[in-house]
Amino acid sequence: MTATTTAPVAAAPVRTTRQPSTRLRAWATRAPLLPALIFMIAVTQLPFVATLVISFFDWNALYPKARHFTGVDNYHQVLADPDLRHSVWTTILLTVTVVLACLVLGLGLALLLDRRFRGRGVVRTLLIAPFLVVPVAAALLWKHVLYNPEYGLLNGLLHYVGGPQPDWISNTPLLAVEASLVWQWTPFMMLILLAGLQSRDQQQIEAARVDGASDWQIFRHLTLPHLRRYLELGALLGSIYIVQNFDAVFTITSGGLGTANLPYTVYQSFYQAHENGLASAAGVLVVIGSIIIATFALRVVSSLFREEVSRA
Amino acid sequence: MSATAPRVRPVRPVRTRLTRGAGLGLVAWLLGLLFFLPIAWMALTSFHSESDAATNPPSFGAALTLDGYRDFFGTGGGASPWPALVNSLVASLVSTLCVLLLAFPAAYALSIRPVKKWTDVLFFFLSTKMLPVVAGLLPIYLFAKNTGMLDNIWLLVILYTSMNLPIAVWMMQSFLAEVPVAVIEAAQIDGAKLPTILARVVAPIALPGIAATALICFIFSWNELLFARVLTGVVAETAPVFLTGFITSQGLFLAKVCAASLVISLPVLAAGFAAQDKLVQGLSLGAVK
Repeated sequence: MTATTTAPVAAAPVRTTRQPSTRLRAWATRAPLLPALIFMIAVTQLPFVATLVISFFDWNALYPKARHFTGVDNYHQVLADPDLRHSVWTTILLTVTVVLACLVLGLGLALLLDRRFRGRGVVRTLLIAPFLVVPVAAALLWKHVLYNPEYGLLNGLLHYVGGPQPDWISNTPLLAVEASLVWQWTPFMMLILLAGLQSRDQQQIEAARVDGASDWQIFRHLTLPHLRRYLELGALLGSIYIVQNFDAVFTITSGGLGTANLPYTVYQSFYQAHENGLASAAGVLVVIGSIIIATFALRVVSSLFREEVSRA
Repeated sequence: MSATAPRVRPVRPVRTRLTRGAGLGLVAWLLGLLFFLPIAWMALTSFHSESDAATNPPSFGAALTLDGYRDFFGTGGGASPWPALVNSLVASLVSTLCVLLLAFPAAYALSIRPVKKWTDVLFFFLSTKMLPVVAGLLPIYLFAKNTGMLDNIWLLVILYTSMNLPIAVWMMQSFLAEVPVAVIEAAQIDGAKLPTILARVVAPIALPGIAATALICFIFSWNELLFARVLTGVVAETAPVFLTGFITSQGLFLAKVCAASLVISLPVLAAGFAAQDKLVQGLSLGAVK
């Protein structure tokens, strides 16, 4: 009898004091996170929702009074537009070519720099430099200083061997943009892959060598599998930045000659053509494309991440 | 069999191994110089007179002059680059500071005293980085236009903060995870409150990581073009936007273009050379150590 009456009395004060305190503590652990979280939602998610809403309106900024709801008309128009479909293709081509070329070149350079030789630190610094030039400056360098048909360095060097004097940007516009991006992003891939090479298990390699494995066998069966995560990481980060590339396309060709990629097309359709609705629909399509890449990409990152957590 | 085989196997002659090693070193040097050549050529051209800069074949031995730099800094006519440089410096430094102030507590909550489902939160931050800039550019432009924030450097500060915050949270999270929990608990037992712990205990230990994060945020803000191009005009123009003024210029200004590109790249080149390892570690979101 006494037990039944005292038990709730004893439990009650415990419950009333503990419950707010655990809730308080839960909020205390969350609190430091909130400013960053709220800021990110306000600055990135809200504008996207607005883009989504605008994409359903027929809205030219020069005729604001004619603005009206059109449903999915903009999407129809955007998908039927050959220029836009071309820019989708350009974006894919540009990203895949540049990322693959950077990975292959970066791997080659990383393998070279993994060896000991005189002045290795200097060579590494020389190789990193292209990545550190401001992107617009790098694009200007390629456009005026290297590609120019009359006084550019490329044709200047060709002159010495009596070669042809092509107009690089007019003849091969997309390749011209790609070459400049490969030059800028190869060092980045090299750095990631170099870090991967230097984290290999040296004892394992020595053991394989003692067992008579050739350099190629070691590369094929030990180095390459070990590098897989680093190659994936490089491809992922490279894709994120190259898909969104604006600076090189804007500077070298101004989107002309069939080099307009999606970011440039969206920029142009609202900044120059003032077609807010169409630009927004194109923007939403870019996002859908990015989500497809991102779901794949996030899986890669989370697998990398899980390995790191399990290691810790 | 397998125990004796390695000893029987003939060892590759030492000399061919050495010459091959030196040969590959030479290849690495050549490729390094090849990658650096455009920058070296840009630097040389910036010290040439405009007439020597635009020649075919290239003039390697032409007289050196500072005219390109004099032209760039405005004494040779044209707009002065100083306002753009100051704008870039303000936008980059202030946004970096904001990023650090927001990311540091967030990283603390995600690594040292993890909230529930903390990996989900981390992935939310990363996923915002995969949302293309163009997805929100138009509403931001319209908002700025209607509130009179167009051509205002503080709008760029806000946007650059949001651009770099996800990367910063990821990087700092991995740096803070290395701070020993025992040290923090000791401070808590001594009665220290959270802000004190963050400022006096966690920050000093994680300082190299915080510096690397700051460096990367600074570089990205300094390099940014699309936001600055769309949202600024005359007053708040940044250095990359200033450079776009040279896009259509022809050979008359080659030395000036080179001088401008080098001067504007200098802060990033200096910072990047000084912290090469930190740069790659940060850019790979801490996944590569």
